[in-house]
Amino acid sequence: MPLPIFWLFTVIMLFGAAAVVLLRNPVASAMSMVASFVGLAGLFVGMNAYFAGIIQILVYAGAIMVLFIFIIMLLDLNTDKKRTPKMAPILGGLGIVIAFTIQLIGVISTTPDKAMPALDLPASAASFTPGTQIAKNLSANSLPDVHLIGQSLFTEYNLPLQILGVLLLVATIGVVTLSKKQSN
Amino acid sequence: MPSLNHYLLVAGLLFAIGLTGVVLRRNIIVVFMCLELMLSAANLTLIAFSRFYPGANGLPDIHGQMLVFFVVTVAAAEVAVGLAIIVALYRTRQTIYTDELTTLKG
Repeated sequence: MPLPIFWLFTVIMLFGAAAVVLLRNPVASAMSMVASFVGLAGLFVGMNAYFAGIIQILVYAGAIMVLFIFIIMLLDLNTDKKRTPKMAPILGGLGIVIAFTIQLIGVISTTPDKAMPALDLPASAASFTPGTQIAKNLSANSLPDVHLIGQSLFTEYNLPLQILGVLLLVATIGVVTLSKKQSN
Repeated sequence: MPSLNHYLLVAGLLFAIGLTGVVLRRNIIVVFMCLELMLSAANLTLIAFSRFYPGANGLPDIHGQMLVFFVVTVAAAEVAVGLAIIVALYRTRQTIYTDELTTLKG
């Protein structure tokens, strides 16, 4: 990915994230979070992680943000009354964050840098069974991202996938139980 | 071409912005959104390491991307449960501001 495009997506992502924190209206926060996730998905696609970029858009910007906006509307929080900010928590919080950022810059300036390695897709086709869709796509010089993830998901990561299914079931039941009208 | 440190710095900054929101905001829904931002920052580092350190077959390391897949799925479940808890909280307390939830204060 060329450097200007990297900075374009980075600026979209970081300004969206800053707007989530700074805007007073929760609906505006949710909208700027969508912008932030679109920028993040752009960065993912720039690193050849097409599937991760797509699920970032579909799951975060699609499903999770709809849930957030639904709850904001349901609780009718648009009347964000004028609140007097207390100085001590703000100073303490900013102190933690500034210390974290200084640490981060210190660590990154001392770690060895690495350039993005070029992908030689036709050469990688040799490590897959000839004739399969993955090998065909690699020989045609296109990265079969979804095929690779799908194959890995249903072979190597089959048990975690099943556990994830149970987790989603438990979450669904938990949500139904939590939002039931409590009768005592 | 952006290098690995570019991506790590950007991910760290995204994490720091999310941390700012979690520490400073008092609207619990916005706090929750900032938690999602921090999770996404971790996802960005995972994808970056997967791309910059290719596996034995010369393709981006698939294990990093699998971890991102699992993080996104668990985050979706977490958001559903968390928002249900917020709704239940609002029903009993009529507030979602963290500084008005002082039951545990001595």
